[in-house]
Amino acid sequence: MEEIVVISGKGGTGKTSVTASLAHLAKHAVITDCDVDAADLHLVVKGTLRESYDFISGHLATINNSECNSCGVCSRLCRFEAIKTTNDPDGKVTFHVEEALCEGCGVCVRFCPENAIAFNERHCGTYSISETANGPMVHAKLNTAAENSGKLVAEVRKKAKETAESENLDLIITDGPPGTGCAVIATLTGADKVLVVTEPTVSGKHDVERVIDLIKHFKMKAYLTVNKWDINESLTEEIEKAGANAGFLIPGRIRYDRGITKAQIEGISAVELNTPAGTDIKKIWEYISVD
Amino acid sequence: MNIAIASGKGGTGKTTLTVNLSAIASEKFPVDVVDCDVEEPDSSLFLNIQKTDTEIVTIKIPEIDENACTGCGECDRFCNFNAIISFSGLAHSLPELCHSCGGCTLVCPEKAITETDRRIGEINTYISEKINILEGVLDIGVSSSPPLIRTLKGKISPEKFTFLDSPPGTSCPVVTTVTGCDYTVLVTEPTPFGLNDLILAVDMMKDVKVDFGVVINRATTGDNRVKDFCNQNGITILGEIPDDRRVAEVCSEGKILIHALPSYRKTFLEILENIQNQMEGTMQWKR
Ligand code: SF4
Ligand code: SF4
Ligand code: SF4
Ligand code: SF4
Repeated sequence: MEEIVVISGKGGTGKTSVTASLAHLAKHAVITDCDVDAADLHLVVKGTLRESYDFISGHLATINNSECNSCGVCSRLCRFEAIKTTNDPDGKVTFHVEEALCEGCGVCVRFCPENAIAFNERHCGTYSISETANGPMVHAKLNTAAENSGKLVAEVRKKAKETAESENLDLIITDGPPGTGCAVIATLTGADKVLVVTEPTVSGKHDVERVIDLIKHFKMKAYLTVNKWDINESLTEEIEKAGANAGFLIPGRIRYDRGITKAQIEGISAVELNTPAGTDIKKIWEYISVD
Repeated sequence: MNIAIASGKGGTGKTTLTVNLSAIASEKFPVDVVDCDVEEPDSSLFLNIQKTDTEIVTIKIPEIDENACTGCGECDRFCNFNAIISFSGLAHSLPELCHSCGGCTLVCPEKAITETDRRIGEINTYISEKINILEGVLDIGVSSSPPLIRTLKGKISPEKFTFLDSPPGTSCPVVTTVTGCDYTVLVTEPTPFGLNDLILAVDMMKDVKVDFGVVINRATTGDNRVKDFCNQNGITILGEIPDDRRVAEVCSEGKILIHALPSYRKTFLEILENIQNQMEGTMQWKR
């Protein structure tokens, strides 16, 4: 089984459009969306929902106000500024946990002298399998303000592997998250090939340098392509040079093409629209798939 | 006065908006830019200001005194992140997993745990007459950015006009950035991806209870769904930046749009004024 991950460092470089195109070109594969924070792949790879699972992760502290004596121990000990107070008109101070800020460490729960704080498991999102024309797609939705996208990514990838095994598919194509943090690390761990899609901009170049640094930590075949290369050819060359020096293979460039946006508006991948950028992506696929 | 610039997805023009708004605002009054996009900080690449200082940011992680530790396992049982484990009569810490909550130190009956610093990144300061930048940079391989963002936000001078360039998305790092700000600008694109991610971002804004408006970038694709969504939900559209290949080219070179293409001054000035008007409304309402 082989897993190809598409990442970008900085977001908005056309990563998802490329992934959708690769999925179409691969004809039959498990398609995975690990950009759990802003999952968009399903907008251009249409599917019908087959099954869904809850993503439970960590805990959330909740203060039971009828048992709280307002001693303030919890707010003193919480390092995440998650315990807030409101002053009631009668002078009484009410304590509550700001959900978005609670890391679920359990310190307040342990040290509350009145045992007034509950500590329940936290529902952080869902992950699902959908049926598409090109194979099963595993995708997820992290609740807003939830953390642990790395852990959800790990769940999604596990499901993708199981699906590939049970349906006898030997290829997984994954849309990765932006950035270089925990979600990206969780996406790259154990994958075989990575394609970095970047843009010829000063920020694209800067971000790609960070991505290269990160990928060095993994033993995987790495490829780099510059999208919209013709808006700045000299930067494109610089980026490709930096990639090549770090051992990245350069399977081709993708030209600036409004067709990519057009395909997105129509809800299909760039290669299906037969747009010039689609031709470029096809070449990249031919290079990577036989390599 | 803290204004966060955020977006449900990356690459919508968050940094373009941050640097151009800062540039135009700085013609009237001094501005601070705080780059909270610590996995990919880019603002300083555009603003061309001298770096004056770098400060190392650390978090507290446990250090175990082997002589005092009895291997009782209390720390291990307490830690919700499996970041400290006890076996063969001794506790061991796993710094990569530690959230720095301080709990293990508090629960150890032998007082065998003290806290020590672990580097997670740095904060760079860039100073000029008109604009100062505070930039957080997360070390490669460090998985949690909120502690760095919290340190960064702790350095904001409350009386100044500050733009915070937020990380993309809607998860923890973004919430950490946006929480407590006076206003947030959500940048989006009029595409299906843009709309999908905007809807998530709007949900998040309701959770953090910060007032917000929307800027539509690359606004001429012929897809009206973003506008319709804003109008139907009573969301203020602060301005639109047209889809223009020249903009892509100028930004690719790391130039400030309002300097390179002066016709865009008006666009950003209007956005700035709209933000200020919106905030004035909110402030009066709060009073
Ligand atoms: S520690 Fe317990 S009793 Fe004290 S303020 Fe917090 S919740 Fe209330
Ligand atoms: S569980 Fe931890 S983060 Fe959450 S409120 Fe309690 S002390 Fe704060
Ligand atoms: S709680 Fe203290 S004594 Fe017990 S295992 Fe942990 S460090 Fe050792
Ligand atoms: S500080 Fe908190 S997260 Fe870190 S090891 Fe101790 S209990 Fe675990």
